[in-house]
Amino acid sequence: MSLHTRMVNEDGVVTIRLAGEVDSRSAHRLNELIIEAAAASPSRLVLLTEELTYLSSAGLRCLVFAHQKMGPGVEIVLVGTRPDVAETIRMTGFDRSVIMQDAVDQ
Amino acid sequence: MSATTPDWTERIDAYPTHRIAGFDVRAGRPLPFGATRVPGGVNFSVYSNNATEMTLVLFQRGEPKPFAELTFPGAFRTGGAYAMTVLGLDADSIEYGYRADGPWQPEAGHRFDRDRILSDPYAAVISGGERWGEPRGGDLYRHRAALSYQDFDWAGDRQLDLPLRDLVIYELHVRGFTRHPSSGVAAPGTFAGLVEKIPYLKRLGVNCVELMPVFQFDENDTHGRQAPEGVRLYNYWGYSTVAFFAPHAAYAATSEYGMQVDEFKNLVKQLHRNGIEIILDVVFNHTAEGDERGPTISFRGLDNRTYYMLTPEGYYYNFSGTGNTLDCNQPVVRGFVLDCLRYWVSEFHVDGFRFDLASILDRASDGTPLPNPPLIEALAADPILRDTKLIAEAWDAGGLYQVGSFPNYCRWSEWNGKYRDTVRRFLKGDIGTTGELATRLLGSPDLYGERGPTASVNFVTAHDGFTMHDLVSYNEKHNDANGEDGNDGESHNRSWNCGHEGPTDDPEVLALRGRQVRNALLLLLCAHGVPMLLAGDEAGRTQHGNNNSYCLDEPSWFDWSLTETNADLLTFTRRVIAFRRSHPVLRRQLHATGRSPDGVLPEVSWHGTRAWTPDWSAHSRLIAMMFADHGDCVYLAVNAHWEGHEIELPQLPDERRWHLFADTWAACAAREPGQEPVLDEQDWAFLGPRSVMVLVARATDGIGQREEWRT
Repeated sequence: MSLHTRMVNEDGVVTIRLAGEVDSRSAHRLNELIIEAAAASPSRLVLLTEELTYLSSAGLRCLVFAHQKMGPGVEIVLVGTRPDVAETIRMTGFDRSVIMQDAVDQ
Repeated sequence: MSATTPDWTERIDAYPTHRIAGFDVRAGRPLPFGATRVPGGVNFSVYSNNATEMTLVLFQRGEPKPFAELTFPGAFRTGGAYAMTVLGLDADSIEYGYRADGPWQPEAGHRFDRDRILSDPYAAVISGGERWGEPRGGDLYRHRAALSYQDFDWAGDRQLDLPLRDLVIYELHVRGFTRHPSSGVAAPGTFAGLVEKIPYLKRLGVNCVELMPVFQFDENDTHGRQAPEGVRLYNYWGYSTVAFFAPHAAYAATSEYGMQVDEFKNLVKQLHRNGIEIILDVVFNHTAEGDERGPTISFRGLDNRTYYMLTPEGYYYNFSGTGNTLDCNQPVVRGFVLDCLRYWVSEFHVDGFRFDLASILDRASDGTPLPNPPLIEALAADPILRDTKLIAEAWDAGGLYQVGSFPNYCRWSEWNGKYRDTVRRFLKGDIGTTGELATRLLGSPDLYGERGPTASVNFVTAHDGFTMHDLVSYNEKHNDANGEDGNDGESHNRSWNCGHEGPTDDPEVLALRGRQVRNALLLLLCAHGVPMLLAGDEAGRTQHGNNNSYCLDEPSWFDWSLTETNADLLTFTRRVIAFRRSHPVLRRQLHATGRSPDGVLPEVSWHGTRAWTPDWSAHSRLIAMMFADHGDCVYLAVNAHWEGHEIELPQLPDERRWHLFADTWAACAAREPGQEPVLDEQDWAFLGPRSVMVLVARATDGIGQREEWRT
């Protein structure tokens, strides 16, 4: 299954909805979206991951990339991450780059 | 950039020159060795001075059979290095290995066999062993080389560069430390689990962890030993390396994602953030390939004659006691070792190394000890390793014992086996040891006069031997579970069971054991040199008398409920570490002498039952020492006699008074540093049977005294 993405920029918050798989072949597309998002200088980047079926190590690295690209002042929020993926993020220390939430803040 | 403008920034080295086995390839770069991500693909580089042909073998991750085999064309070889860039490869989903062709002539040292697929000595990741104890890979290729990423977000981390004199080392086994269910961590037995225990380490007060081997090994390799019924044997300690550049996959909770490199880096980063250094126990004296009966994993098949010390008949020298001996002073192997250590320092930010059986690194190819071993010298002078701590286990299994004489270039420290032996002998009451104990407590100036006390890593217990609890609970080793009829392990432990072999509920025996443990901890942490604790000793961890638990998994785990059962010992240990850290006089850079830098008290002075009158006679079991320098002054008295003695205290030359930090004969064995009560009686004290007392000199109001004294 391939990766489907949709990006919305609203009031300085960029939201990227991800569906399908982020693996080593599709990770570069996510990185390109992150570059595009960074160009808009948002205050917050939200990644909606409920429909993500697979996130490989290459996909996890997109989070580091986003953190580096956006700079320390920008919050990166992961929403709806599957428990095993969330655990991997935590154990490799990537959780220090991102905030993980069950649902979008209202 | 518009769509019509050609992208002149495209790299020309991303274009193929050849097509092999359906893959676009071009001549690769020999350096760096190993597999490296490059634009458009992966660069593979491997060397062998004696191979005649080399083939790259590619697997999809986890598949039993390879999907491609690419023989290196002649044009891709530079000298003995074979390098090829394979384009269009998905670096995340492949595993790779090599076939090396060449002569099968064991008598000439060659053991080439192109039927075997060999692991890359420079592999950054080994896949196929993600879960502890599960069988490895397929029959065709077990220890599979794979690639890592190098983009970890270090967030400015670097080595801490703590002075050696300030170090308190804590030796631990990554799995054993948190695998027990009582550890309460989310990822037991892993690097991530260890991160969860950093607050414990910080509270304990240690500022350096020394990890037993973390390079990829095969925990299932038991050399065919027969386990007693109901026991499963492992290569638990891991002193048998499969891949020197790869963190052990079964120690990473995230290795199923191939992220063991990241998990290990996160461990280093979090330790550093908490002021804790990390030293790796490294094993360059041998490999997991054993002798001619052992498995061919990598080195034997790539270039047997280069890597191993061989007899004139082509068999393996066995100075390591494990089947083979890496020929570390062979120039190619020396380069390999140097590459490896530089990699762990630059890529993983580790702070130091402890070299297992380091004396092997002194030997020439035929086993003769060298006066100026080139590898040791190269490590001592290497720019990348300049600030890296280098600690030798200065002996080997071939009879070379170099404690105090290890070639050091004023750079190396040593595990001081003589410190361990002397403290053990003195504490159990052996006569004739008082003089040597004094020398050991001073940082062994007889051994390290040139280098200073920091060359001496002092320890009473280490992974190899009894735990502290067992040292005072067993006269004999109890190694039946190891499957060698109890014959393995050290037989001269200088241990004493305090009156009963093994577990007992005799309160007198238990009280004496508790005292002996505390005595040893005080002698360790108040001595000059670098103290090293064995993980779990602060809570009374036991291996039930087994002094060689290299092959036992569960019996070696740290049962964390002991931190509650023995909370008093844990508190004691924490206080003694804190005491060391608050007294510079215990952490000297240079050996103490009888001189008096401040004109008041000598740097070190010796005392007995009468102040200023030590008893050095053969029958003496009591000695006291006073360390003083620039206003800091600590007095330590140790009595290994079964009777107590009244001791006269040295008179202080000013308004300071003696305060009691520790007395292992008393109900409260150690106080919180800084809150030591003043002694009512300043002229003498009662030193209980088999006990240690530590006093500190300060003004009774306690505040500002040291500063006043300094001026």
